[in-house]
Amino acid sequence: MLITCPYCGPRDVIEFTYQGDGNRERPQPASQNLDAWNAYVYDRLNPAGDHNEIWQHSGGCRAHLRVVRNTLTHEISSVAFARGDHKVAARHKAEGKT
Amino acid sequence: MSPRRTDAGGRVDRLRTIRFTFDGAPYTGHAGDTLASALLANGVTLFGRSFKYHRPRGVLTAGVEEPNALVTVLRGEVREPNIAATMVEIYDGLTAVSQNRFPSLAWDINAANQLGGKLLSAGFYYKTFMGPAIGPLKSTRFWMFCEHFIRRAAGLGRAGTAADTARYERMNAFCDVLVVGSGPAGLMAARAAADQGARVILSELEPHFGGSANWSGETIDGMPAADWAARAAGQLEGYDNVRLLPRTTVWGYYDGNTLAALERVTDHKERPGKGEPRHRYWIIRAKSVVLATGSFERPLVFPGNDRPGVMLAHAAERYANEYGVLAGNRIALFTNNDSAYRSALALKKAGAAIVAIVDVRTELSSEMRELADEAEAKSLSGHAVVATEGGKALSGIKVQRFDMTNGALAGEARSIQADCLLMSGGWSPTIHLASQAGAKAEWNAARQAFLPPKPTQQWIGAGAFTGSFSTAEAIAEGRAAGLSAAGGTGTPTALPVVEAAPGDPDPAPVFEIKADGKSFVDFQHDVTAEDVRLAHREGFISVEHLKRYTTLGMATDQGKSSNILGLAIMAEALGKPIPEVGTTRFRPPFSAVSIGSLAAERFGDLRPERLTPMHDWHVANGATMYSAGLWYRPMIYGHAGETIEQAYVREAKATRESAGIVDVSTLGKIAVQGPDAAEFLDRVYTNMFSTLAVGKARYGLMLREDGLAFDDGTTWRLGQQDFLMTTTTANAGKVMQHLEYFLDVVWPELRVHVTSVTDEWAGAAIGGPKARAILAACVTGTAVDNAALPFMGIVHGKISGVPVMICRLSFSGEMAFEVYSGAGYGTHVWEALIEAGKPFGLVTYGLEALGTMRIEKGHVTGAEIDGRTTARDLHLDWMLSKKKPFIGSAMMDREGLIAPGRLELVGLISLDNQPLNGGAHIVEDLDEANPHDSIGHITACCYSPALGKYIALALVKDGMARRGTRAHISDPLRNRFGPVEIVSNHFFDPDGSRMHG
Repeated sequence: MLITCPYCGPRDVIEFTYQGDGNRERPQPASQNLDAWNAYVYDRLNPAGDHNEIWQHSGGCRAHLRVVRNTLTHEISSVAFARGDHKVAARHKAEGKT
Repeated sequence: MSPRRTDAGGRVDRLRTIRFTFDGAPYTGHAGDTLASALLANGVTLFGRSFKYHRPRGVLTAGVEEPNALVTVLRGEVREPNIAATMVEIYDGLTAVSQNRFPSLAWDINAANQLGGKLLSAGFYYKTFMGPAIGPLKSTRFWMFCEHFIRRAAGLGRAGTAADTARYERMNAFCDVLVVGSGPAGLMAARAAADQGARVILSELEPHFGGSANWSGETIDGMPAADWAARAAGQLEGYDNVRLLPRTTVWGYYDGNTLAALERVTDHKERPGKGEPRHRYWIIRAKSVVLATGSFERPLVFPGNDRPGVMLAHAAERYANEYGVLAGNRIALFTNNDSAYRSALALKKAGAAIVAIVDVRTELSSEMRELADEAEAKSLSGHAVVATEGGKALSGIKVQRFDMTNGALAGEARSIQADCLLMSGGWSPTIHLASQAGAKAEWNAARQAFLPPKPTQQWIGAGAFTGSFSTAEAIAEGRAAGLSAAGGTGTPTALPVVEAAPGDPDPAPVFEIKADGKSFVDFQHDVTAEDVRLAHREGFISVEHLKRYTTLGMATDQGKSSNILGLAIMAEALGKPIPEVGTTRFRPPFSAVSIGSLAAERFGDLRPERLTPMHDWHVANGATMYSAGLWYRPMIYGHAGETIEQAYVREAKATRESAGIVDVSTLGKIAVQGPDAAEFLDRVYTNMFSTLAVGKARYGLMLREDGLAFDDGTTWRLGQQDFLMTTTTANAGKVMQHLEYFLDVVWPELRVHVTSVTDEWAGAAIGGPKARAILAACVTGTAVDNAALPFMGIVHGKISGVPVMICRLSFSGEMAFEVYSGAGYGTHVWEALIEAGKPFGLVTYGLEALGTMRIEKGHVTGAEIDGRTTARDLHLDWMLSKKKPFIGSAMMDREGLIAPGRLELVGLISLDNQPLNGGAHIVEDLDEANPHDSIGHITACCYSPALGKYIALALVKDGMARRGTRAHISDPLRNRFGPVEIVSNHFFDPDGSRMHG
């Protein structure tokens, strides 16, 4: 299986670490909704087909990636930085740009 | 000259004699021989004893599919069992032994198992060893009792116990076209792809390229096929864009066109060349693959088909043409197809007498009758072999009239004298890799074989693999496949011209001759036709159940010669056509893979090691090193004649009396930097870090998202936006990944950067009543007194001219300091500290003394933070901030995590003054005969010099409430039982007066 890291290009899966189901939504840190926390910590989707996953390029640039992988064929249809453009946005904010 | 060696022919080098032993007896062969061909040349027909019945067995095949002739190869103390003699190339000094026999191959006591043949049929063990419902041997205990004896009697080779000293390596490769198999199809494909400029890898599991061309006796382009193949392979060697891999088995076809291969680099050599590994594990990523893996000839199922001297027809042809060895002098053949006639003629030409060709078919083509005549063989069409005669070698066969439309036998059986019987039951394409790659194989009624499915990955088939069994077709398909795989288009040049014996590729649909006696389907697992029918009668009708119940196809050969036969017999029993019974899907590996090659550089002299900057100093100064993960750390600095316990007790005692120094460079160190660094640490630690003053350190605890304890360590605030986090040695990588995950995925808005700086710093912890005096003697540029350097304070200074950072914190419970310097200066600073400590009696101490002092203090490590304990279980609830949420805060108070009955950290004192053992269980009532009701276990133990007692840390059910009570150690594995007292985990100096000074 090859994952095309946006920084590093196509790399073998042994360079990556699976970091879990990408569909999970973490409750607000102070939330006391245990059902929501339980869903976040324990519930995982297990689709036969496309699955949103988080992978870390741990043997490379160490970026976390959002990957859409077909669990039946291992076909990867999309790879994006998990950070999105937050980092860029934060820097722009710090530099007074919009 | 050996009795069975022909005067000429084949690729063996008759001028080079190789000496080897088999079962202790010396033999000779020639360069180019396999162990099988060399032994056959010496007249050896008995190679081994069968799995269950201990029947004598010879060699059935000439290649990788061999089920019978398995041997153990010895190299010094290292033994490798279950190697097919057909795949072992002989070398001077080769030592091979036969398997599964006692006391010797010729006289085997367990051959008596044959007399109980009915008893040992499929499912025998399940049915017989169920055991009585009550009593000392009830149910499975009876099986466990009997198993010991059964395992000794049944089985294959014995694994060795000596460590494997060989080196293995792993290689990644990329190519445009991988060609698997180098018969005429593979050679043509490789050449065609290479001519297109593609990067080509050609792999061949045998030592020589050419496949069937090496023994077919055919003519290609006017020269012997073997010469044509050698020339074609030689030409490929001249291409820069072609890599040739002989002795390389492609054993796995994975997604993304990734293939796994095993190259046997030095198994055929007396000793490896300099730097050569034994095996090389190739991971090959190919844009496209040409599968030219050929086909396997099938045996026929009839009584006595396993007697030594019964062999596949092409195998004997191969031994004659490729190795110059005759499998017999008076040879009979038994066939359901035309290919055996070519074999007969080849053997006749090589010098054997062909006594009969027994063919199940009544109608023979005129070409086959001519071939039989040319071989001077008696042609017995419409006949079948119903028995074989002889003991450990074949002496004759019995044949009877046979009607293939209903399988009926008729007329008198008559005997024919023969010392070799060749059988041919048709051919099965070697579709294993295609099956691994995805789709289901398709049954072809004409070929009576499963043909490869439509490709689901980027591969193209060629030659016998596709069911095209003639060399002319292989050559045409091979070139087309190579061109197509390389993305080229065909230029209509002439193909090599093949002259071959005629023959219809389709066999008659006959798999079994039903007559009295054991007819073997799976030779290696001793599965008979009757076993398959028994399984059917007992309801195991799915092919998957059949396989598991009878173990058909589950031996080391994975049923390469037996799968189709088993299916055919099952289909007949079910009254269904074969495709409706279906076939099992092939899984990797195609053939046995050495575990060493998979481990490769992770083991042995290629395994990575992590050494601290002071490593060489430790070794030079008498440290016994201890491996902890990839790290090496000093265990003790033993004096002459000291035991480990004496050494660590001396080191710990000296530290508490004067001072000790230990290398802590292995601790994980992570720089956490940025405007939001303090906020980030507040979220990942259970306690507050935003309130920490610059120049101070704080002990921190992390939980996992599920609320269980994760890791602990101190974090130092070096600047407003600059923290240095330390983690436990073992968790350094995990903590780093944990932090990165939260910064990347959960809180990308935080302006924080984390950097692993473990290898940038050398660390030395110096502790004890004299520690401060020692520092005062060698540190310049800063004071180290209580005012300048209070508990948890940080100062910067120099030692022997080198900048150092010193934090006053304590793991040993003494007044202690951690001194960090740049890794490159580690040894320099360490030596300066040792020198400064001399007048104060400073000792070096290792992990054992470190552990002892932490147990005395009751500090936790990974043994207690074991992924099951909570902060409360470890009495660290004082670190759980109520002022802020943190990772794990929402989940840590779930019912199960705060319920009574949890394992809690306590101390134990041995009351019988005997050592305690890690992992030992703790019980309320001692019952040595029948240990039960564990209330916990020991996590760490030592002899405490401070207390003068054997002590331990333990996790005990409701441990807090049990303090001051007694319990027992119950450790039946090590036969250690004894009384202990449960106490607080803070054994020594509980109020911390020593470290606060």
